[in-house]
Amino acid sequence: MTSTLNRPPVENSSPGTPRTTAKAPISLKHRLSAFDHKASPYFYVAPFFILFAIVGLFPLIYTFVVSLYEWHTLKGQGDFVGLANFTAVLGDRYFWNSLFNTVSIFFLSTIPQLIAAVIIAAVLDQNLRAKTFWRMSILLPYVVTPVAVAMIFSNVFGENYGLINNILVSFGIDPIMWQNETLPSHIAIATMVNWRWTGYNALILLAAMQSVPRDIHESAALDGAGATRRFFSITLPSIRPTMIFVIITATIGGLQIFTEPRLFDPVTAGGSQRQFQTTVLYLWEMAFFRQNFGKASAIAWLLFLLIVIFGLINFLLSRSIATAEGRGAKARSQRRLLRMRQRQARDGVRAGTAASVLSETVPVPGPADSPEPSASTEEGSTR
Amino acid sequence: MSANTLTRPTETRESLPTRRKAKFYGIDKRPGWLTYSLLGVFFLSSAYPLWWSFVMGSRDNTAFGSTWPPLLPGGNFWKNVGEVFDTVPFWLALGNSVLISSIITISVITFSTLAGYAFAKLRFKGRDGLMVFVIATMAIPTQLGIIPLFMVMRTLGWTGEIGAVIIPTLVTAFGVFFMRQYLIDVIPDELLEAARMDGANMISTFWHVAVPAARPAMAILGLFTFMTAWTDFLWPLIVLNAGNPTLQTALSQLQSARYVDYSIVLAGAIMATIPLLLLFIVAGKQLISGIMQGAVKG
Repeated sequence: MTSTLNRPPVENSSPGTPRTTAKAPISLKHRLSAFDHKASPYFYVAPFFILFAIVGLFPLIYTFVVSLYEWHTLKGQGDFVGLANFTAVLGDRYFWNSLFNTVSIFFLSTIPQLIAAVIIAAVLDQNLRAKTFWRMSILLPYVVTPVAVAMIFSNVFGENYGLINNILVSFGIDPIMWQNETLPSHIAIATMVNWRWTGYNALILLAAMQSVPRDIHESAALDGAGATRRFFSITLPSIRPTMIFVIITATIGGLQIFTEPRLFDPVTAGGSQRQFQTTVLYLWEMAFFRQNFGKASAIAWLLFLLIVIFGLINFLLSRSIATAEGRGAKARSQRRLLRMRQRQARDGVRAGTAASVLSETVPVPGPADSPEPSASTEEGSTR
Repeated sequence: MSANTLTRPTETRESLPTRRKAKFYGIDKRPGWLTYSLLGVFFLSSAYPLWWSFVMGSRDNTAFGSTWPPLLPGGNFWKNVGEVFDTVPFWLALGNSVLISSIITISVITFSTLAGYAFAKLRFKGRDGLMVFVIATMAIPTQLGIIPLFMVMRTLGWTGEIGAVIIPTLVTAFGVFFMRQYLIDVIPDELLEAARMDGANMISTFWHVAVPAARPAMAILGLFTFMTAWTDFLWPLIVLNAGNPTLQTALSQLQSARYVDYSIVLAGAIMATIPLLLLFIVAGKQLISGIMQGAVKG
């Protein structure tokens, strides 16, 4: 389609075309060009929307249709049962058990991970030697696939000959039943998630830390704030929006955790007493072992609603916090900038030029001009 | 430059104006041993589980009985790898994974760049509404539609075929959003206007102006799409069978075999990690800058 639109202008623009015949094609060319400009954007976005509708939206909506029927995996569609599948699921203690496990693993993985990521980012946010090496070393676990992570850590947390229990026993401590007890199994699975994602999130937070205008740090240091003080009063408040972004992504992914609990004990679907069966794992068991597509679809929709609710809460929270924080931080940084400018005016031209020569992150306009350029060039700087 | 900042203040400490002193002592100061020992701890906790797997994967089952983990690899790695090859169709799985991830990556890059360019730089009715839709769908867990997807694939007779793995992820809302965010700053409107004045039509403007400008973002998006496709587990597990697996589902068969030999399992885990490890060594810097840019832009 687009290729046929292409051609006419190219042919018309060739210098050899006689004048007399060019007259009619010109109007055609204009019309084509106008059509080209009007229609092209739709052709460009259409593949995405069409494909997304087919493979993303339709299945999700059709899941709801399936959930309204008695639907056996092999025998197919049965009677219309209304919301009976939903009431059955909501009265199913295994469903609530799976929800408890999911949320428990989610908290055990999100909170320590966030704290560790902030600490790692703060350590990396210094004038380090071999900066790229350290950054790569914390990102290393990210390239190990979840399946391999689950296989490795299933052995680390093995009950009989696992790495950790071997060491515990050698110190005379009782081995921990990593698979058979609820809390230890949740900790083991959360550890798999944390190991793979902490470095990734630390890099995101590091980027946020580095986009804090240096002027603010400089003037705070001048006012006598030490590194610790600056971290708590400047760095932490300014990365809060990014932290909320990290939490939201962690929520969407964390509530759908499947691979790690699936492979932690490959024989059962989430432990002998379902002690670490997550909701997606239960959904999978319901659909492909208990052959009940209807009920599995109801589980899928309930989980979907839960994720949307979690997402909305996060979004609303983040918006109110971000605006409140943003206002506070902006006022503070404005005050600091103002103070710095006054001082600079007092010191005269000499200090100003010295500053612009010394600071590599602030381009030509100089530090007093605006905080934006330093934020955008921070990325490539050597900090 | 680094040497300068370290030596200069000691020479002229007294004569320096306060401002400079604050700069040298406050912010750009080289960190001390505490920082580097912390970094060492981070490095060990990243690398040790992998190293331990390699060591255990290169020994036999008896190594798991020793109280203190051995630190050096044994001589059984290739024997264990041979066992892996006997148990699962490793090369077929590797080929499938490469094919699936590559096709998905190319498709996502193409459609995301097209749509992202249109959203960033072209004016058309309904643009803002459609963009809001794209952003909203980013947060929707489309993974939960697996049951109808499975029914469709079964009806079409595609279960067991790798096409069934490829099709559901040909486009992502994130890709469109990512390309839009990148292109909106990177292409000056004047350039598009100039191209239009010169009589270039829309598709050639896209090809000659947008695509060259988008190349860095396309590389980053490609890297992440490839990673995501490569690590996917749930959907291939459902729609493929043991005879025609991806690398991830093949590996999981090692873990769920009736008699599990853990040194073989770990040798398999290491073998499956090598392709991405190579990618990481080659493109690690891009991966890092991609993550960090995404954070600032997103």
